[in-house]
Amino acid sequence: MEWLNAILQGTLLGGLYALLAAGLSLMFGVMRIVNLAHGVLAVLAAYLGVILTTAFHIPAFATLVIVVPLMFGVGWLIQMGLLNLSIVRGGLAPILVTFGLAVVLTNLLQEVFTADFRSIQAGSIATDSIQINDQISIGVFPLLTFVVGVLVIIALQVFLSRTRSGRAMRASSDDKDAAQLMGIDNRRIYALATGIAIATVGLAGVFLGIRTQFSPTYGDVTLIFAFEAVIIGGLGSLWGTLLGGVVLGIAQAVGAQVNPAYGVLFGHLVFLAILAFRPTGLLPKAVNA
Amino acid sequence: MTLLHVDAVDVHYGDFQALFTLSLSLEEGQTLAVIGANGAGKSTLMKTIAGLMVPSQGSVTFDGRDVTRLPSHRRVPLGIALTPEGRRIFPSLTVEENLMVGAHVKRKGPWNLEAVYEAFPLVADRRDRLGFNLSGGEQQAVAIGRALMSNPRVLLLDEVSLGLAPVVIEDIYAALPRIMEQGTTVLLVEQDVNHALKVASRVQCLLEGRTVLEGPADALTRDQIASAYFGI
Repeated sequence: MEWLNAILQGTLLGGLYALLAAGLSLMFGVMRIVNLAHGVLAVLAAYLGVILTTAFHIPAFATLVIVVPLMFGVGWLIQMGLLNLSIVRGGLAPILVTFGLAVVLTNLLQEVFTADFRSIQAGSIATDSIQINDQISIGVFPLLTFVVGVLVIIALQVFLSRTRSGRAMRASSDDKDAAQLMGIDNRRIYALATGIAIATVGLAGVFLGIRTQFSPTYGDVTLIFAFEAVIIGGLGSLWGTLLGGVVLGIAQAVGAQVNPAYGVLFGHLVFLAILAFRPTGLLPKAVNA
Repeated sequence: MTLLHVDAVDVHYGDFQALFTLSLSLEEGQTLAVIGANGAGKSTLMKTIAGLMVPSQGSVTFDGRDVTRLPSHRRVPLGIALTPEGRRIFPSLTVEENLMVGAHVKRKGPWNLEAVYEAFPLVADRRDRLGFNLSGGEQQAVAIGRALMSNPRVLLLDEVSLGLAPVVIEDIYAALPRIMEQGTTVLLVEQDVNHALKVASRVQCLLEGRTVLEGPADALTRDQIASAYFGI
């Protein structure tokens, strides 16, 4: 029963990882950019949540109405102002730009908010739980996080397959020169993709901030977990990212069940095993353009 | 009325010059075939018109507007569509999605999914297939359909027959009159002179980046074309 509980809690944790990783997966899928600032952007969103709840007394979940559009704008500006300029240089240039951005943002957050740990106060919902039987109970907030994670993945998938902009994104990902011949402005499509990616990371950041204590450097570990979820699932596949998040969550929860100190280690081991034995991930993209 | 005018362009790839003060004029509703051997500069000319290459000298005018420096994605809304050499079908999109991406700029006109399916029954049969899984002929038909989806005023067809089986080439050429009936101006680049002459009203022959012969398709003799084509 303890193991079942570990798997259940791990699955719910996986929803948070999937939520964190969705934007990373989207940016890689569309532009082949590995955004190393992804984690710190989640932390930035969490700090925005802290400011809005403490200084403006906005309820924790209501901050999303402000944080998510704001982060969309941040993503749009990062793409238009930085990444579109570096992407034409190809290869490592955009990765280095995102690395630099991560360093600058982390230090900026430290300057403004100090290195103290903070969290977003969401009231009783953060600790409420549903009793399944005397040994298993599910936290309301982890369950909510999981549901939101799944919904975000579904929404992104529907966006990519059913809308004009989504199709343009996939076309641009396949062949950006041919996409340009269809009248698609790649720079705008990229800005939209990054905007959406950073909006999802904004959502994830607020959930992260409600769930756990964080400091400006918390972005590093966030990035690693999100990155592992993407790799385990398979690069460029959103369903894969959801699966990868869940696998990582279960690995960590089962590891923690073996020994409380082993949780993160087990996650890394599963990640390394996937890299060694199935480097394309569990659900790789069907067509590699 | 002149729809497209290329005026004395020089185009370079790095140090290599591909076009030398080359000019071309296209009337609305006309079909012009640009012919020439490998390396004559035909595809470069198409890329210059579509906006993928920028000339170092000269200008490109479309419908009275100077578009020389306009990027290619902003030429599509004006009505310039290119089916590129190598077809460049989006491999991870279905045939129907490829066509829908072709309609990205939402230009009004006679072409939509139904019209393309009617003109190319082969494309209609393959509508749910991924671009990745198409044969060369199927790709070419989809590429033309995709370009038509933007309802272009001028359709640039680059090397339609290259690498295709003769029977497939016949099928694709059979669809061209239908396109011209809709009033679409066609600029055709071909190595296959026979096919080009059958559909074109005018012919312009390039050799090493220069025009060596031009005239109405029915007024030029085989010998004239052969000597211009090979430069003998």
